[in-house]
Amino acid sequence: MTDNRPVVTMTGISKSFLGVRALHDVNFRLFPGEVHALMGENGAGKSTLIKVLTGVYDTDEGAITLDGQPVSFTGPMQATAAGVSTVFQEVNLCTNLSVAENIFIGREPRRLGAVRWGEVRRRARTLLARLDLDLDVSAPLGSYSLAIQQMVAIARAIDIQARVLILDEPTSSLDAVEVAQLFRIMRQLRDEGIAILFVTHFLDQVYEIADRITVLRNGGLVGEYATAELPQLSLVEKMIGKELDVLEGIEERSRRNLAVLEEGTPLVAVSDFGRAGSVEPFSLTIHAGEVVGLAGLLGSGRTEVARLLFGADRTDGGQVAVDGTPSSLRTPAQAIGHGVGFCSENRRAEGIVADLSVRENMILAMQAARGWLRPIPRRRQDELVDKYIKALNIRPSDPEVPVRNLSGGNQQKVLLARWLITEPRLLILDEPTRGIDIGAKTEIQKLVTQLSDGGMAVLFISAELEEVLRLSHKVAVMRDRQMVAQLANDDGLDADRVMQTIASGSHREEADR
Amino acid sequence: MTTGSLTAGRARFRLPRRQIPVLATLVLLLVMYGIGVSQYQAFSNVQVIFNVFIDNGFLLVVAVGMTFVILTGGIDLSVGSVVAMTAMVSASLLQQGLPAALVLVIALLIGPTLGLLMGCAIHFFEIQPFIVTLAGMFFARGMCTFISGSSIPITDGFWTRMSQERIGDPRGNFVSISVLVAFVVVAVAAYTLAYTRLGRNVYAIGGNPQSALLMGLPLGRTRIAVYTISGLCSAIGGILLSFYTLSGAPLIAVGMELDVIAAVVIGGTVLTGGSGYVFGTVLGVLVLGVIQTLITFDGSLNSWWTKIVIGGLLFAFILLQRLIGIRYK
Amino acid sequence: MNDTMSRYRTMTGHRLFWPAAVLVVMLVANTIYRPGFLSIELKDGHLYGTPIDILRLSAPLILVALGMTLVISTGGIDLSVGSLCAISGAIACMYISKQPDQNSLAVVLTALAMALGVALVLGAWNGVLVAVIGIQPIIATLILMVAGRGLAQLITQGQIITINSEPFRAIGLGHLLTLPLAIFIALAAALLVAAFTRRTALGMIVESVGGNAVASRLAGIRSGRVIFLAYVLSAVCAAVAGFMMTANVSSADGNAVGLWVELDAILAVVIGGTSLAGGRFFLSGTILGALIIQTLTTTVYAMNISPQTSLLFKAVVVIAVCLIQAPAFRARFTRRRGSVPPSSAIADKPKEQVPA
Repeated sequence: MTDNRPVVTMTGISKSFLGVRALHDVNFRLFPGEVHALMGENGAGKSTLIKVLTGVYDTDEGAITLDGQPVSFTGPMQATAAGVSTVFQEVNLCTNLSVAENIFIGREPRRLGAVRWGEVRRRARTLLARLDLDLDVSAPLGSYSLAIQQMVAIARAIDIQARVLILDEPTSSLDAVEVAQLFRIMRQLRDEGIAILFVTHFLDQVYEIADRITVLRNGGLVGEYATAELPQLSLVEKMIGKELDVLEGIEERSRRNLAVLEEGTPLVAVSDFGRAGSVEPFSLTIHAGEVVGLAGLLGSGRTEVARLLFGADRTDGGQVAVDGTPSSLRTPAQAIGHGVGFCSENRRAEGIVADLSVRENMILAMQAARGWLRPIPRRRQDELVDKYIKALNIRPSDPEVPVRNLSGGNQQKVLLARWLITEPRLLILDEPTRGIDIGAKTEIQKLVTQLSDGGMAVLFISAELEEVLRLSHKVAVMRDRQMVAQLANDDGLDADRVMQTIASGSHREEADR
Repeated sequence: MTTGSLTAGRARFRLPRRQIPVLATLVLLLVMYGIGVSQYQAFSNVQVIFNVFIDNGFLLVVAVGMTFVILTGGIDLSVGSVVAMTAMVSASLLQQGLPAALVLVIALLIGPTLGLLMGCAIHFFEIQPFIVTLAGMFFARGMCTFISGSSIPITDGFWTRMSQERIGDPRGNFVSISVLVAFVVVAVAAYTLAYTRLGRNVYAIGGNPQSALLMGLPLGRTRIAVYTISGLCSAIGGILLSFYTLSGAPLIAVGMELDVIAAVVIGGTVLTGGSGYVFGTVLGVLVLGVIQTLITFDGSLNSWWTKIVIGGLLFAFILLQRLIGIRYK
Repeated sequence: MNDTMSRYRTMTGHRLFWPAAVLVVMLVANTIYRPGFLSIELKDGHLYGTPIDILRLSAPLILVALGMTLVISTGGIDLSVGSLCAISGAIACMYISKQPDQNSLAVVLTALAMALGVALVLGAWNGVLVAVIGIQPIIATLILMVAGRGLAQLITQGQIITINSEPFRAIGLGHLLTLPLAIFIALAAALLVAAFTRRTALGMIVESVGGNAVASRLAGIRSGRVIFLAYVLSAVCAAVAGFMMTANVSSADGNAVGLWVELDAILAVVIGGTSLAGGRFFLSGTILGALIIQTLTTTVYAMNISPQTSLLFKAVVVIAVCLIQAPAFRARFTRRRGSVPPSSAIADKPKEQVPA
């Protein structure tokens, strides 16, 4: 969109880690006054490219120029000093320090070596005013929401006369309003002539804000395109690089008659479950063999619903009946006792135990249910583990490898196996397909269908509406931490209608308790 | 990748709470002092307070150094041994007839050097501070007995003058030079933490080391610096101790690191780092000093009650920190 | 050629290789320095010799370190074990010293039972602080480390309690099948702990809790119970070690018994390859670590260096072993700088983010 000279060029960049190729001969240009989206599936090399640019890694081959001058930064600090600032997905600030200090730490105005706190606060207020943010700059950052913290991170990044601003998945934890606020700031900065490199997984956002798009796949460059000339579908094709028919088969099978399933006693019926500050009270019934999709934006309370059902968080009130009998779901152990399993969205922090082997990770839940005094006999362990390594096509297939050595998709499958081994009656899957490659994704989707055919109930949570619609019999819609509707997934339901529900928050009868 | 909404909910804690532990320590100190005054007539004498400072000046200095380390989320177990080693080296060098000024310089260099080495081991080789400073503790204590198996008296003129010098008001109340040195150290440390980049980096690293690194703060340099500072404070503490006892003894200050850590924690600094003040540490040291004084005044209580009471106080303060919801990472 | 290289790699890569190598080197150095070092002779039906001494003297440390291994594996640490040794020794000696017949087996057993009972209570106290109240282990056990010394002195009223009880003395100095009884006690404890953790699922569950507490909870593990159990077990191990220490000298000194044993024990665990951050634990490594520490002490004694100065050597060994095991140190010598992803510096940080 601009025909002036690029502020950043990267040519022929290659980078390997211990022989594994992360980037191969990638070219990249960034012009002043543009928002440039860097797109690609997980593992495409986006973060490596950014880290090479900001000097976190050095390149094996290739050259970087800034304003036509060759540069090679030794680290983010030097890059920042040269006008290349980065804001990461996870807010990398110190919540124990004040807002003002977070903006200026490392380059505080000083007199004779002493930090001038008055000046720090004054400049912080000025800067935040430029971004239309009205914050108490002396308050600790931790007292503000994540979205605000992200804005503060941007304020920090642009303060240093940044000419290049790298935003690495800044929107993944923001709600729609916050995203709009962020985009307003991005446009403003773009109009001031700052070059913005924007990494995101949300296609809509790319089309809303980006001027140009660079697509990476498997560490290689696919191409650079003007957003206006690249239809969404071709973008997806370029990112994924293979045809989508693999998924088509699933669709046919999943749209079954909900009425048949909903006869008889529900497997789990909760009413008035909720938790202050987390999710408003909701009621939900799940029958055997039913896949219930949970749709909604990030932060709309999807994960919170799952955690309440699993007893990971405690509900403030309400009742639960399992097989029609009143029971309680107050701890994970109790929920597991009732045949509930839960794959957390946060695989690394809440899922796998990285130190332990694939085998140990798989039998963990079953062993926990039996108690430590009744170990599962080794032969039985091996049988189970072998069975699921084969069934889920887990690679490497050696059960004694520490699970940390597996790829994200395979780790996800190990987690699935952990729960399948317990033969749950209700399996809660929170974003089981996020951040894993398309092959593994398809396998997991197929598995969900098979499991429900076999009579298992599944609560399926995903940010991708298509995926939810493809798999679910019933879709519960979350909006602003409220369950606003439960829609039968019949022919009348499509992504548009779900989105409308999310947008308008219109209630249906089922949702009213 | 993020637990977005989750952390958003959890991150909202009110920070003024962070000052509650310090206030609680202050209240505790006043209460203990009140008990002392009401029970024993002599307790109201100002000199009692001064004596607490005189007896604990070196502890205070060392605790200030430890505050830096703990604020970054580390720990330094070597302080007691370094104090003893500094005193031993001074005594031994003075015995050999070296001039006092030179001895001071040498003694003050040993601690920071050891601290620097430990900091480097912690940073460059990523070994836990607990283990590295444990090795430092062994090393320094070993050096003590290596220098001499028994206590070495100090007869040097400068040392005896420093030991006997009394700075006081006309009514006869006085403090020693050590107390003034300790105050200077406290003031410099408080200024450093509040107003210098180094100080702010210490808080940032204690708050979130990964963020600090990504914000371009010199993680390694700061880490190494705090262990060096702690080493320097231990060295100063060792000199003050040798002023106080006029000797170097190989087994002095054994277990002192525990008192120091206890003082820092009672002073409201959170052991996981990122929150705490030098002023709190001063109060923490005073609490320990006043307990000792109370037990001395009582006469019927034995010295081991000091340990039991300190243990009890530690428990109370840790419980308090939990109750008001300061997050342990 | 390539084959030998890879075999060399697998061997040096084994977690027990470096501790074992250090032990062997120390033994060899000793033998060169003093050729009679490894000789063992049979006298009065008992075996004597430096290796036997090392085994006997390392028994209390092995005991303490076994309990410590489990605690560290849960991601915790137990600083109070030294004080617990002192308390249990003090209680046992105090009770025995008050009885008319100190040689009665019943008296000694009662004394041991009482002391073990108290150790259980104190272990439970640690366990409650860590597992129920959720206090950071290092601080939670610091309380008992400080106060426990006071309690031990309170029990002995600041005196050194000397007793004259053959059955009690046997715990430290007795013999069985030509070998010191202490060796058997330590061995039995090791086998017991090994069976307790590896024959049941306790070991894996402890490792899981230490490796990822949040994930473990979500897998249905009631981690509180396991952590609690680890601290109780550590206290019991410390108590038995305390009996041994006091039995060795037939006296209890609240101030001196078990002084710094917590540090030695932590060292033994770390040398043995268990990470202080928690997760995988290695009992055999811990025992090897304890033997290294005792061999070092014995060596230094044999060289007529004061026991305090032996700390110098201990410092050197600690640093050497830790450096060899530190991935960052190895990386520096095996790989080119710069190709190491810098994330490892903070890689173990998220592990500590257990909800408050």
